[in-house]
Amino acid sequence: MRSLFGQPVTRRLLLAGGALLGGVHAARLALGGAAAQTHGPGHAMPITDGQPSAALSAAHASHGGMMTVGEVDTARNGFDPHTLLTDWDTGEVIRDDQGRPCREFVVEAIDKEVEIAPGIFFPAWTYNGRIPGPTIRAVEGERVRITFRNRGSHPHSMHFHGIHSARMDGVPGAGDVLPGGQFVYEFDARPFGCHLYHCHTVPLKRHIHKGLYGAFIVDPDPARHPEHEAVARSRLLGTPENREWQEFVMVMNAFDTNFDEENEVYAVNTVAHAYSKRPIVIDRGRPVRIYLVNVTEFDPINSLHLHGNFFDYYDSGTTLTPTLRTVDIITQCQGQRGILEFTYQDHEPGHYMFHAHQSEFVELGWMSLFDVRGEVA
Amino acid sequence: MTTRRMILALAVAAPLLLIVAVAIAFLAADPLRSLTGAAPPVEQVTVERQVLDGDGIGLLVRVGGTEPVRIAQVQVDGAYWTFVQEPSGELGNLSSAWLRIPYPWVLGETHHIALITRTGLAFEHTIDVAVATPDTNSLGVLGMVGLFVGVVPVALGMLFYPALQVGGTRAFSFSLALTIGLLGFLLVDTLQEALELAADAAPGLHGVALVWLVAALAFVLLLAVGRRKGGEVSGLALATSIALGIGLHNLGEGLAIGSAFATGAAALGTFLVLGFTLHNVTEGIGIVAPLVQEPPRWPVFIGLAALAGLPAVAGIWLGSYAFSPHWAALALAVGAGAILQVIVEVSGLLMRRSATQGTPWASASAVLGVILGVTVMYGTALLVQA
Repeated sequence: MRSLFGQPVTRRLLLAGGALLGGVHAARLALGGAAAQTHGPGHAMPITDGQPSAALSAAHASHGGMMTVGEVDTARNGFDPHTLLTDWDTGEVIRDDQGRPCREFVVEAIDKEVEIAPGIFFPAWTYNGRIPGPTIRAVEGERVRITFRNRGSHPHSMHFHGIHSARMDGVPGAGDVLPGGQFVYEFDARPFGCHLYHCHTVPLKRHIHKGLYGAFIVDPDPARHPEHEAVARSRLLGTPENREWQEFVMVMNAFDTNFDEENEVYAVNTVAHAYSKRPIVIDRGRPVRIYLVNVTEFDPINSLHLHGNFFDYYDSGTTLTPTLRTVDIITQCQGQRGILEFTYQDHEPGHYMFHAHQSEFVELGWMSLFDVRGEVA
Repeated sequence: MTTRRMILALAVAAPLLLIVAVAIAFLAADPLRSLTGAAPPVEQVTVERQVLDGDGIGLLVRVGGTEPVRIAQVQVDGAYWTFVQEPSGELGNLSSAWLRIPYPWVLGETHHIALITRTGLAFEHTIDVAVATPDTNSLGVLGMVGLFVGVVPVALGMLFYPALQVGGTRAFSFSLALTIGLLGFLLVDTLQEALELAADAAPGLHGVALVWLVAALAFVLLLAVGRRKGGEVSGLALATSIALGIGLHNLGEGLAIGSAFATGAAALGTFLVLGFTLHNVTEGIGIVAPLVQEPPRWPVFIGLAALAGLPAVAGIWLGSYAFSPHWAALALAVGAGAILQVIVEVSGLLMRRSATQGTPWASASAVLGVILGVTVMYGTALLVQA
């Protein structure tokens, strides 16, 4: 509504208007409207014969109505946020010229339309047709060799967080690949921890928010950490100690669908509300480890808050003792990452929420549930 | 069939066939393909009506653009919210649908809604002040408001009739000039409102062009109808024309007031009520001005007041329950055409009178009357800035 005497329409103005016209029928109408509203959804559930109205009770039964409508076609997308959680790409191990173990990976940049929320299609740029790209997982000290092919319509690169030479940095002039081209990134996997990789071609914002990023995990080599060997073995993929853990990778991301540099969709592993519509099943008897990466574009900070529980946190995953103990929120700047460890061993089974503690992000898709199962002791 | 008829039929059919052939050839060849092939679809979504009630928020949306639109998700105040679309599915060009959103809106507060389409475009709609939409139980009250805005002030204005009679010839010229002034203001005001509403309507409807065309057609038609018996219009016929023009304008004003209630600015609606009421007193004077020298019987005054005032009631009802920007713009456009017709007729009457009396038509009192008419309308319009 346009302004009255150049003033914005405020509640005070409306109250003044109402008071001014107390005797006029019109004011009666306004008050009549207000009276009706006190029974409306804003204040209390509308009661009909002692029962809430059907529409609102249905809404409250799920998530108070705060939810996307419909389902994402994961088959059409070619990836499922639930399988992404544990889909480690360990490459192919060969021996290099010096006889050292070398892990070889192939990654392709592909233009692809991705359904990021039911019915919302985003013209994305992807690594291997998925967002986030493959979770590349290696062991500390190994040689890593990534053959990167650009099948997209724009120049792209892979910039790995970690220690490497300038030639392998994946920035313009060092591993920037034109469409149709190829580049081989090669470096030693170090330091151990939870890292990420992303396209570093300019314009940087566009290349990142279009979907070119993924997790890069370097497991510690137990032989190099005698003082914390047990912890290192529990992190090393494939060991009996590691199999005790329930490990998940969670890449916090977001999508600006209308190019206003604000995100319309927030998520973990791309699809809004994926883990609240279908909660992540957790075995109560085994500890949980989350490799958490924040690549949210356009918002500097993202966070994870765990309901009804606390966790230990390893900043960047580069230590074997926690850098934070017994916290229930962790805050990460864009590009920051770490490892969370916790257990539901003493909890009763049920749905335990976890989400960004920016309520804006929660309501735009970054809201999830653990479905904790197991016999109560 | 005679030869002449056959030639005529052929002369009409041949160009028609050619037009169809050219259109088919153009579509088949698609010479613009290289220019538009990779362009993303252009989507347009306009919210035409909103309803706030115990079940949440209802929005009537109309789509336009080159491609059908699928509304994928709805955000209310920056949160994805469940909704039901009736009818569901893709919406073709210029079709409309209701979105029912079970959102717990808050009385007196502002809510921002974003409709996210398949391609991620966000079409925004703001509920400025959330109040429950009037239901049919409010028909009586709204009708009272209509009478208060439309009929009462016109009747009050007509009470100046005896004064006009006492004032004599100069008073008559002066009041005719006053009528021209106030109608001039109404013409500008009505057109402006019509164009603003047209801009809010779905782009595919070409509302702005429609407003100008409908206003021009209404003007020509009413002029023709008014003069169908030949000669110029004066006396009761002119008064009736003025009342009709003002009535059509009041229909538009009623729509504005009704939609102010419907869109939640209820107290703004009460401001509108007072402003329009004062505003419309002048209209009563304008209607009776041509009657000074041929007094009719008193029921005629009632009829004229009803003709000028009752459309406000209809307008408020329509505005509250069935408001769509393009319909309101059309109603106002007809009103603008009617007002222009009346201005032409009153000016004609004024000039004829001046000629018979041997006075210049742009006399001091006439000029003063026009200026005063515009000024009074502008002054009272300051109360109605909505």
